[in-house]
Amino acid sequence: MKITRKDFLLCSGLGLAAVLAKRAVSAVSGSVGTAAPAKAAKHWGLVIDLQKCRKEAGCVDCIKACNVAHNIPQIQDPAHEVKWIWNQPFESAFAFEQTDYARQAYAGHPIPLLCNHCANPPCVRVCPTQATWKREDDGIVMMDWHRCIGCRYCMAACPYGSRSFNWQDPRPAIASPNPDFPTRTKGVVEKCNFCEERLARGRGPACVEACPENALVFGDLADPDAEARKLLRARFGLQREPELGTGPSVYYLV
Amino acid sequence: MRDKPQILAALLVFVGLFTFPLWHGRTSKASPTAPDIKLPAQEKQCVAPLSYMRNSHMELLVNWREEVVRNDQRQFTAYNGKVYDKSLTRTCLMQCHTNKAEFCDRCHSYAGVSGPYCWECHNEAPLTARSKP
Repeated sequence: MKITRKDFLLCSGLGLAAVLAKRAVSAVSGSVGTAAPAKAAKHWGLVIDLQKCRKEAGCVDCIKACNVAHNIPQIQDPAHEVKWIWNQPFESAFAFEQTDYARQAYAGHPIPLLCNHCANPPCVRVCPTQATWKREDDGIVMMDWHRCIGCRYCMAACPYGSRSFNWQDPRPAIASPNPDFPTRTKGVVEKCNFCEERLARGRGPACVEACPENALVFGDLADPDAEARKLLRARFGLQREPELGTGPSVYYLV
Repeated sequence: MRDKPQILAALLVFVGLFTFPLWHGRTSKASPTAPDIKLPAQEKQCVAPLSYMRNSHMELLVNWREEVVRNDQRQFTAYNGKVYDKSLTRTCLMQCHTNKAEFCDRCHSYAGVSGPYCWECHNEAPLTARSKP
């Protein structure tokens, strides 16, 4: 039997239609319980606009949002406290960035601090069990609490004090537990995870969403068109102690 | 050799007592009762076949843990094509086995499994809160 040009085109067209129909059907029926697509980036970073952050004196909305999102225990004893994002006076947060005039402008002003998700994280280098590691595809410094043995080398290595140790069972100190996020247990180290569990569900970090002044801008530092990069181009952004060579991904616009 | 009957009788008694577990197990009809676990009412199908889950659920959960935490792979395609979130609390507990005490704990205590320590961190709180009036 000879196939004419017309038959050939008809057959290939039908074949293409069948393939597309199958794709459509599997796309509709296959995704049960999947939420919004994950947010992806090459290098997540956070830009904090200190001018906007100053507007509301005493505002701790970002800290509260993080505490709720991640079941962070509220322990009064400073030797045992657990913190992912916290406020510290300008003088101690930027101890080497001070002139008399900067001190006049920012003295005593609280600066929100958190894990810097360094490009070259010293905590990762010292961890003996690889319980903390840098995710190569988006730059987040991750924690695996299953693997943490509580040796606290990472706490000694981190120059920013971003890590906390659970000296006691955290559960009694969690006021309103969030069922969507595990608590930790006594004997593990924890820190900010850039809300990677929320990014995976297509949401931004809790602190960024909670800020009433939009002072926190989260974005892909590898993308020149990202909002965070535009801000860093337009204004001067400080990193905390960049001379240590850690390459922080958190910037402070002064 | 005058003690022969006594010796034989004592030997018989000894052998009988020594093998007590064997013949008692054979003769008594009552077999140990299986753990009284509560299966989910609304869902009939687990993420893997029953025999696999019964023997290897711990391996599956460890795999899930590794893939979610270390590889950011959060979706599990079951053998029947259904896609699940790899989550102990959100999938296993909240979707099906809503009562940990009547499912996990009963079988673990029956089998003499000490641990596992999943629940020192992972939440079962929403369920206990829900089961309360």
